[in-house]
Amino acid sequence: MTQATTTAPAPATARVPGGRRKRAGDRHGVAGFLFTLPFIALFLAAFIAPLAYALYLSVFREQLVGGTTFVGLDNYTEGVKDQQFTDGVIRVALYLLIQVPLMLLLALVFALILDSGKVWLPKLFRVGIFVPYAVPTVIAALMWGFLYGRDFGPFADVADAINVPPPDFLSQNTMLFSIANVATWTYTGYNMIILYAALRAIPSELFEAAAVDGAGAVRTAIHVKLPLLRPALLLCAIFSVIGSFQLFTEPQIFYSLAPEVIGKAYTPNLYIWNLAFADQRLNYAAALSFLLGIVVFVVSYLVMNAARRQEAR
Amino acid sequence: MRNTANRNILRWRVRAVVLCAVVSVVVAACGGDSGDEGGGGSTQKVDMAAELKKPATITVWAWTPGTEEAVAMFEKAYPNIKVKLQNVGQGPPHYQKVRTVLKSGQGLPDVIHMEFQFLPSFKITDSLLDIKPYLPENFLSNYPEWIQKQINLDGGIYGVPWDTGPLALIYRQDLLDKAGIKTPIKTWDEFADAAVKYHKANPDSYLVNLPGGQTGQWLGLFWQNGALPFSGDPQNLKVNLTDPKIKQVTEYWDRLYESGAISHDADFVDAWYQGFARGKYAGWLSAAWGPIFLQDYTKSSKGNWRAQPLPQWEEGQNASGNWGGSTLAVLKQSKSPAAATEFARWILSERQPVEMFSFERFLFPPQNFMLNNEQWLNRKYPFYGDQQVNKVYADAANAVDLNWQWSPIHEYVATQGDAIKSKSVDQGDGATAALQPWQDAVVTYAKQQGLTVAGE
Repeated sequence: MTQATTTAPAPATARVPGGRRKRAGDRHGVAGFLFTLPFIALFLAAFIAPLAYALYLSVFREQLVGGTTFVGLDNYTEGVKDQQFTDGVIRVALYLLIQVPLMLLLALVFALILDSGKVWLPKLFRVGIFVPYAVPTVIAALMWGFLYGRDFGPFADVADAINVPPPDFLSQNTMLFSIANVATWTYTGYNMIILYAALRAIPSELFEAAAVDGAGAVRTAIHVKLPLLRPALLLCAIFSVIGSFQLFTEPQIFYSLAPEVIGKAYTPNLYIWNLAFADQRLNYAAALSFLLGIVVFVVSYLVMNAARRQEAR
Repeated sequence: MRNTANRNILRWRVRAVVLCAVVSVVVAACGGDSGDEGGGGSTQKVDMAAELKKPATITVWAWTPGTEEAVAMFEKAYPNIKVKLQNVGQGPPHYQKVRTVLKSGQGLPDVIHMEFQFLPSFKITDSLLDIKPYLPENFLSNYPEWIQKQINLDGGIYGVPWDTGPLALIYRQDLLDKAGIKTPIKTWDEFADAAVKYHKANPDSYLVNLPGGQTGQWLGLFWQNGALPFSGDPQNLKVNLTDPKIKQVTEYWDRLYESGAISHDADFVDAWYQGFARGKYAGWLSAAWGPIFLQDYTKSSKGNWRAQPLPQWEEGQNASGNWGGSTLAVLKQSKSPAAATEFARWILSERQPVEMFSFERFLFPPQNFMLNNEQWLNRKYPFYGDQQVNKVYADAANAVDLNWQWSPIHEYVATQGDAIKSKSVDQGDGATAALQPWQDAVVTYAKQQGLTVAGE
């Protein structure tokens, strides 16, 4: 009997006479670099250059009378002491603590339900829950502004019909919850899709093994799916943290409806935007942007650290 | 070994390229903010006849409806001048975009819509062209004196007046008749009584709505009472928002807020327009341009509206204030200053475009020849049940105090006023309580910007 002998293919690092290996390596490197060049160029132009320019702006101060002077870290020290800025940061931190866990929980529950296969018309619900994300944020805020309307919105109409005072969704006490509601409505679908995709990637042998062991749907979800979803959940959490700190569009739109509640500094980004474009204090705004960036960086790092420590357990 | 050495060299080359790219982009970004000086600067008379024969293209940023028609008329008169009209927003967004292009030095328009209150703010940043050399000798005499003072700053002319906003009271005759309110309402005391009486008869409706945050309207009311809170001199800036005359106005309205007779809903938003449509507000302390906004929402009440002069603080007085009003100004860096100035002058002085703006677009004209135009004065408006409203507003325009000045930091004054007053009023603390914080915020900002505040 003759056995077909196969020789293993020559490994890529096999010695080749002459300098061919060196040149192949060079071509490899340069080609790779050239492919990423469009991205690098865009990244530099649209990300690094503005950052560098903002950093440059933040160490100067321009006055209407007196021109531009170099002030070093003065803008930063003023920012740290600025009550409006720190209040705004605390406000979005509070908003984050309420909205992010709630939204992720909802997204998780929806993703698990859709994945369980026990839903009628799952594709319809998947798209339906995702659709709010496709609505531009400005339109969503305008729409919710109408829904929240104290005099002429639908809730007010219902309240009129049953003779109770209409709920005030845009008052001092309820504004943050109202904005959180809009954000949850918008982003739950987005997070759900990420979690759903992660669930789909879990090998089905694990579910079979769990079923063999006698686990029902809920136990499978908690003990099998959830631990494997951790990386995806962490991803969603980080995105949500970064997004929450940058809260801008909803307060901006709601300003015209309830200027006395929102004011000029409801969230740090709104404050920075007003400083830059309404007050023309671009240098101070640049410094505050970096301060906000540092806060976001620190919080994201803490979140990732907490997750890593949990995994190590 | 040789392999790694070459890879190292490649790595360094890559780093060098990246570094160069970053530096060049940053330098390009930083270096782009010096625009070249266009014409202007000299006070010598320019030979307009020669300048206007040259071909030119000018960009105009304005938001008033009807401007396109005026542009078409101008292009017919001056076939060699091309006009590009753009609407970049109304009010604050427009000014923010102007500030942005001024800073970047690129994409600058030639002619911009500039409300009276913002002229000093853009003059202090040296953004506006002194158009005196491009205008006829007796240009200022075409306008009433208080308007002349608004555009004639430091001996130069910085804007061509477009429309003004004298304040008057417009109201629903049918609603007031039903509540037994006698019109016209002559004094503010009478007005307060009428407001309380009206609200008692109609618990869901208010005589007028006065939002805490509409700084332009409040300043007009202060103006009516003879207050002069600002001066335009950056070396000796006057800011006096706690003047007794201002307090008299705010305390009056605070009493009305407290009694619940007057509402303070935010204006120019959907709910406010609906308020007019559904009869929630029986009146409005409106500038002459106000009713344009109500046209679409008051179809059911058309014909029931009337206009009367503002109630007075003392019987027999005749004073009014102004809210808004616009000009067309020319940016200093304009490459075609003669064409730009002529555009502004032409569409706001020639009979055809001015009559279009006044008759078809309901803008309140600033020009003497329109203010004295019999046809315009006697014009009847169906919205007002055929009342000759222009006469009311013309009288109001004549009763505006000449000496009012705007500060060169008006954007900040207005945005802070909006935020602080609206918060104070809506929380029930009233407008008077907001005056001192507003004053403090403005003075702090002025000093931060290097202005010298009088008395500090």
